[in-house]
Amino acid sequence: MTSAPTKVPAAPSETAALRGRIGDSPLRPDGTLKVQGEFAFGSDLWADEMIWGVTLRSPHVHARIVSIDVGPALATSGVYTVLTAEDVPGGNVGLDHADQPVLATGVVRYHGEPVALVAADHPEIARQAAKKIRVVYEELPAVTDGRRALEPAAPQVHDGGNLLRHLKIRRGNPDPVAPVVVSLDFEVGMQDQAFLGPESGLAVPDDAGGIDLYVATQWLHADQRQICQALGLPPEKVRLTLAGVGGAFGGREDLSIHVHACLLALRTGKPIKMVYNREESFFGHVHRHPASLRYEFGADHDGLLHYAKAEIVFDGGAYASSTAAVVGNGGTLGLGPYNIPNVQVDCYGVYTNNPPCGAMRGFGCVQAAFAHEALMDELADRVGMDRVAIRQLNGMREGDRNITGQLIDSAAPVAELLQLVQDMPLPAERLSEDEFDLLSLPGGVSNTTHGEGVVRGIGYAVTYKNVGFSEGFDDYSTARVRLEITADEPTVTVHTAAAEVGQGLITVEQQICRTELGVQRVVVHPRDTQVGSAGSTSASRQTYVTGGAVKAACEAVRAKVLERASTMLDLELSELVLDGAQIVSITGDVVASLQDVLGTDAVDETVKWSHRPTYPIDPETGQGDAHVQYAFSAHRAVVDVDTELGLVKVIALDTAQDVGKAINPDAVVGQIQGGSAQGMGLALMEEIVVTDGRVRNPSFTDYLIPTILDMPPMKIEVLEYADPHAPYGVRGVGEPPTISSGPAVAAAIRRATGKALRRVPIRPEHITEG
Amino acid sequence: MDFLQPRSWSEALEAKAAHPDAVPIAGGTDVMVELNFDHHRPAFLLDLTRIEELETWSFDNGRVRLGAGVTYSRVIDELGRLLPGLAMASRTVGSPQIRNRGTVGGNLGAASPAGDAHPALLAAEADVELASVRGTRRLPLTEFYTGVKRNALAPDELIAAILITPPSGPQQFCKIGTRNAMVISVSAFGLALHPERKAVGTGIGSAAPTPRRAYEAENFLAQALDAAGLWETRATMPPELAREFGNYVRSAASPIDDVRGTASYRSHSLAVMARRSLSWAWDDYRRAA
Amino acid sequence: MRITTTVNGARREVDDVWEGESLLYVLRERMGLPGSKNACEQGECGSCTVYLDGILVCSCLVAAGQVCDRDIVTVEGLSDQQGLHPVQQAFIDCGAVQCGFCTPGLVVTAHGLLARTEHPTDPEIREALAGNLCRCTGYEKILDAVRLAADRLADTPAGSAGRLR
Repeated sequence: MTSAPTKVPAAPSETAALRGRIGDSPLRPDGTLKVQGEFAFGSDLWADEMIWGVTLRSPHVHARIVSIDVGPALATSGVYTVLTAEDVPGGNVGLDHADQPVLATGVVRYHGEPVALVAADHPEIARQAAKKIRVVYEELPAVTDGRRALEPAAPQVHDGGNLLRHLKIRRGNPDPVAPVVVSLDFEVGMQDQAFLGPESGLAVPDDAGGIDLYVATQWLHADQRQICQALGLPPEKVRLTLAGVGGAFGGREDLSIHVHACLLALRTGKPIKMVYNREESFFGHVHRHPASLRYEFGADHDGLLHYAKAEIVFDGGAYASSTAAVVGNGGTLGLGPYNIPNVQVDCYGVYTNNPPCGAMRGFGCVQAAFAHEALMDELADRVGMDRVAIRQLNGMREGDRNITGQLIDSAAPVAELLQLVQDMPLPAERLSEDEFDLLSLPGGVSNTTHGEGVVRGIGYAVTYKNVGFSEGFDDYSTARVRLEITADEPTVTVHTAAAEVGQGLITVEQQICRTELGVQRVVVHPRDTQVGSAGSTSASRQTYVTGGAVKAACEAVRAKVLERASTMLDLELSELVLDGAQIVSITGDVVASLQDVLGTDAVDETVKWSHRPTYPIDPETGQGDAHVQYAFSAHRAVVDVDTELGLVKVIALDTAQDVGKAINPDAVVGQIQGGSAQGMGLALMEEIVVTDGRVRNPSFTDYLIPTILDMPPMKIEVLEYADPHAPYGVRGVGEPPTISSGPAVAAAIRRATGKALRRVPIRPEHITEG
Repeated sequence: MDFLQPRSWSEALEAKAAHPDAVPIAGGTDVMVELNFDHHRPAFLLDLTRIEELETWSFDNGRVRLGAGVTYSRVIDELGRLLPGLAMASRTVGSPQIRNRGTVGGNLGAASPAGDAHPALLAAEADVELASVRGTRRLPLTEFYTGVKRNALAPDELIAAILITPPSGPQQFCKIGTRNAMVISVSAFGLALHPERKAVGTGIGSAAPTPRRAYEAENFLAQALDAAGLWETRATMPPELAREFGNYVRSAASPIDDVRGTASYRSHSLAVMARRSLSWAWDDYRRAA
Repeated sequence: MRITTTVNGARREVDDVWEGESLLYVLRERMGLPGSKNACEQGECGSCTVYLDGILVCSCLVAAGQVCDRDIVTVEGLSDQQGLHPVQQAFIDCGAVQCGFCTPGLVVTAHGLLARTEHPTDPEIREALAGNLCRCTGYEKILDAVRLAADRLADTPAGSAGRLR
């Protein structure tokens, strides 16, 4: 059973041929600029008198800073300034906990931690000067393993111990038994967001000790708060504007160049441009947490789950970033979209001297899904059940309660999504060895097989993910909407601080304004801190939350216009409808034009909007209504594996997902395709290799993401079961496909090879030697 | 840093003699990465892209004389029939943009054990022509590689050309990478059958400090084929022969563990590639009868 | 060092170029042409793809001095007074653009493919575009865009050649 589709609220206009409302797929307003290379990304910015900033980073994993001599660097011709921790006027920064110095203070805690800054005429001068900064380090013992970090004798990364958060869930029988018990240990490697546009921005000082920062980011106001903290300046002196963002995926939720560029600009009085190269980018943002997972499922002989136990350790690295929230997700959602009466979960986030980890698309659910889906397959095999059927048997339905006891109060179509992907046509059989096509085989043009050793496998996975910020977070957005007549045409201007990172939120804002106000022309104002916070572009939340704010602001504008019309025309307010350029009576007669009502005035409304509240979970039992909404997706992967060489070609990667309401159906499909690719990448190839705390592959030569030759065709089924609690019934879209695609690929490889494969990414040697 | 841009080969050799520390640059696919990431700051860059003769190939006593500046794209487009193994290897290099710029001479100059051209050139028993103001010398490729990213070039020498005998038999090239395009090899293998002299050529990449041949494997296979009269009969290859050949190739490698792969996987994959590529080459040989 | 070269049909001269600069840096920071993107600067992503004497190259791997008296066409040079090139329009129409950082490189690469091959097959498109990373789209809509552009170019009276430099 599912919820009835929500009705779109009485919006104007069956009359005009309005194009690009919700449910349509209008084109992106920034597309023309982007295809011409005219769109200004953070790294494209330029100002008169601009100079360049670079960062000196720690070569050590954990060390005391004995001394820093900036003299020779400062004496270099073309160098304007060299800054160290002593030059930072304010305090530490951090998304949740302010535990990270802007520049290392007395100690470095990870390989690549920023230690000093240089500003110079040319990036090459700055780079060479940075090398002349003499830092004397005294190396300290380091802890670089998440589980070892919890041992009492482990080196301490910060005062107060290495445990960042321990989340417990205790539900049902504390000593459950079941006739069938399966268990596994699983490891997930460190994935990088690998957005294509490296960290970049331009800081421009004003004459009054303030600063304007143009930066590619995910959350302008969280940045502003931290920059103010670090600079000791009030918000009105720290103004941010969103520069073009070359992808984000979580990796821009924390600060990168922000405070550094501002410090250099305030010190030199000149605009400072900072652009990381790809190598520095790998050190310049947080990554997806590597995880170590131990799971046990107990079930009856028919495959019905009786209990689940999980212990998950997320390695947060040297600074907290959003680790606590990742633990929240991994713990509360880490058993997947299944009904399980008896549950024990212990989920830990720990400090180590590894690179800091934080947000990445899928946020704590990605790691867990590899484990619970692998174990679900194992359970199916043990009880002799079909792998899809066992998921359908145990899958959540609307009206069920999840492991924190929260009621699933809108659609939970687990069984249907699985059925949809299972019923999709399968790709054609492989060609015989006599008529092989290299490009379609594992190894591709590298010519490693003409069909020898190649076995096909099919794998399934299903997931659910929370949308928006959870556990009682004040998760709101702000929208300002203005309606006026310009050049005889009604024009709406929509202003939010919500970061457009490529996903298409600016198109969605236009669509909502058109739908609510019946006006074709909608101008999207640049995103900046001159309007209230929109919250983060993360957690699949912006269409829901900022979409909700824009809708509410439009409603406020509409009410204001009709009040005005009611007064002016002396007609009952309840009898008036705003329909684009005119005011219409409920009988359908045009009673005034918008121009008559507005004249040269504008109606301008700002609304702060929140979704329904969430609540903290009980610290001992983990019970509580932690999340605002859940989004579900299922994947089927078809792979050909060269079982002798361990090489994999993904042949198909098909998805079904419930999106509540597709505001922009084409963009929804784009999100699912891109998200699926990232999940597949983690299953097959993507890992930051860290040995004893050192990053060994900070480059696109050795950190591999899928190319167009790696991606298969993707069939997609989109369901629209409206969530009655959400604006238009929307459900977050961006993350679920990244969660369920990887486990489906891993399952398909296990199917083809018969190997256990308890670690991702699955490397060739895991298949040949495992 | 100074930028030297000779207009002729003799000017280039003079420049290199005058500035032995000058770093030659052609396609820039290695040198520019070093520059962009501040891994290297040479005093001089010696641009070789204005020297026309470097970008041509010709015949030289029945061999192909491949100018050091010929790009991989041109090898694929123009030399697929004459140099099939090298063309197969070239198709696996980087991306179309890289193949449009990267040169076979550059691959030799960098002398990375992971260079894609090496196994194919070794299997084809190529020679390399080195030049300086002192004169020109040719040496077998096996003598050119002297260590990890080191080669036999004297400080005043430049790579002029590569000399390769067109094949009398089939050639194969295989490379392991962990994605289906744009990947540095985890291990690679080149194979050439030389039926006219009943010989076998091999090349191993990414599995030793330098690219190298698997001599024992070559000798084993050549003798086994000879002993069984298979060069003449072109009968089916006994599977155990191919397997044994693979084991010999594996033994010739001395790989390491690194971020791209493990030593044991490199060894294993070489054995598999050697066995498979031999079976394909042998099928080609049989079909060519 | 002074660099004199032709970019998008115009003669360009820049002074004080450091010898270690790449063509990409010169285009972006010295010529006001930031369309070519700096995603990896090691030839592994294709975002900086330009034509150099009619051949597709990664401009990050071309030394500044190597382009003297050469002919360069960047993404900024593909559209003209009549508007967007059909490849550019197809990328917009197919939703092949999300963050857009890979887009200029992909547009130039697809332009190059369609200049050589009127109706590329899907495997030909994939092999031609294999040097261009995209992190947002999973490439499906990029394939759609190249197919659509090929169809539209075939329908233009001059044929594909007439619309391509």
